[in-house]
Amino acid sequence: MAVIEVAGLRKAYGRRQVLEDVSFSVERGEVFGLLGPNGAGKTTAVECCEGLRRADAGTVRVLGLDPVRDAHRLRPRIGVQLQQAQLQGGLRVAEALELYAALYPSPRDWRELLDEWGLADQRRTPFDKLSGGQRQRLFIALALIGNPEVAFLDELTTALDPQGRRDTWELVRRIRDNGVTVVLVSHFMDEVEALCDRAAVLDGGRIVATGTPAELVARSGAGGTLGFRPTAPLDPARLAALPGVTSVRERDGRIEVSGVGDFADQVTGLLAREGIVVTGLRIREHGLDEAYLALTRHDS
Amino acid sequence: MNHTVHAVRRLAVAETRLFLRDPLTAFFGLLFPVVLLGVLGSIPSMRKASPDMHGMSTIQLYAPILAVFSLMLLGLNALPSLLAAYRERGVLRRMSASPVRPALLFGALLPLYLGIATVALLLVMAVGPVLGVALPRQPLGFVLAFLLAAAAMLSVGLLLASVVPSAKAGNAVGALAFFPMMFFSGIWLPREFAPAVVNRIGDFTPSGAAVQALQDSWAGHFPHAVGLLTLAAYALLAGAAAARLFRWE
Repeated sequence: MAVIEVAGLRKAYGRRQVLEDVSFSVERGEVFGLLGPNGAGKTTAVECCEGLRRADAGTVRVLGLDPVRDAHRLRPRIGVQLQQAQLQGGLRVAEALELYAALYPSPRDWRELLDEWGLADQRRTPFDKLSGGQRQRLFIALALIGNPEVAFLDELTTALDPQGRRDTWELVRRIRDNGVTVVLVSHFMDEVEALCDRAAVLDGGRIVATGTPAELVARSGAGGTLGFRPTAPLDPARLAALPGVTSVRERDGRIEVSGVGDFADQVTGLLAREGIVVTGLRIREHGLDEAYLALTRHDS
Repeated sequence: MNHTVHAVRRLAVAETRLFLRDPLTAFFGLLFPVVLLGVLGSIPSMRKASPDMHGMSTIQLYAPILAVFSLMLLGLNALPSLLAAYRERGVLRRMSASPVRPALLFGALLPLYLGIATVALLLVMAVGPVLGVALPRQPLGFVLAFLLAAAAMLSVGLLLASVVPSAKAGNAVGALAFFPMMFFSGIWLPREFAPAVVNRIGDFTPSGAAVQALQDSWAGHFPHAVGLLTLAAYALLAGAAAARLFRWE
């Protein structure tokens, strides 16, 4: 059953069209990524789902409800972490959790969340004195305090160092393991690859691709790269002529062949036919990073 | 419904703590009026009754002015800068993503500010007798005048918070509104000594009307209807305009 259904969503700020005909759906229990470059409309799209913005056209249903019209019925069932929001500067961590627990009809025990999200030592620390990572954990805890069925997390690792990001990923997996559907907004490919069951790539206000991370890689035709050192002379032009090969580079006797589809089989077939033994063989599959660049490339 | 009450109560508790944690606003909001009363009252000539003032002393004139002064500090200064800062920081936006309407924040803040102004007033009234300032002799009129004055000042403050774009601008606009209001409240020149035309204009400002109504009831007369209606009109018009214009982000 789809937890979120968005169809034909359009939104403009003044004369600037931010979303044009955006459609996607999110299934219960999955981690769904919305990814794309800055300004692609990701945040606007989730804010329409959260009921913080009204769509110009199209339908948005979250848990079967209209996020704007049925806001009072939807809000208690969703949790939200906003990209740019702060709390009252002097509000202490425990007070913030206690306060937000009071805003929801059937909240979780805020003391539990304090421990769960590693904030117990900061319980008396005012918001303004928290580090970036601690704030982020507090905001995730606040997003979960109402016992939500769906959690929206917007750019949650942007301000964090690499270790902090890895830790946060672990926390997101924990949310999913508790059965909460997660919508994750990100412009980091590694994040989406590590966390998301499915993702939609937004670019210039349009969805350019939807699927599992592996499907997105396949769809983009990003392929891979095969590198080796031939023990006998080999004409690069013959490699470049093989089906599926997109580029051949030679440097210091090492050859790197990039391509799509079964290009690697073609290359090894040629090497076998010519009886050329190779050393230092390396195969690298292109990941979501390359797929993302291919999908959001504007010069094509 | 029950849950809304619970939410507002928690909000009020949190905002009260935050208010008390900020020593400067806490001092100015709660203690400044009584400190000023003590300082002024320590000057012997201030305590002398004068036939020019219907047999009242200058310090007696100042007691209601100080009560209005604390309302002005809270309504025109503290409230708009707090709300502008909350808007700027995204506090209001974060709250609007919860099940609670951010308007409930007003349900917590307005009683809190009214409570602070009441405590400041009670302190003035408690110290007053030591300096020869009797308790208000028309208590009913006094309570009514104080509540209307508070409603007017806090509504004007909400209106300021609605129209200012940032916390910085909020402070500037607050100060712009604050000084004329101070002037018409008579804090520099009590209304008894001011030219009639100034008082006539002052009668139709929130601070002038508030001071006059409080002074009347303090002296034992029921406040004039015009003054009370002026305060009520400010409360209603500014409040309605604020409700229309307030932006959460």
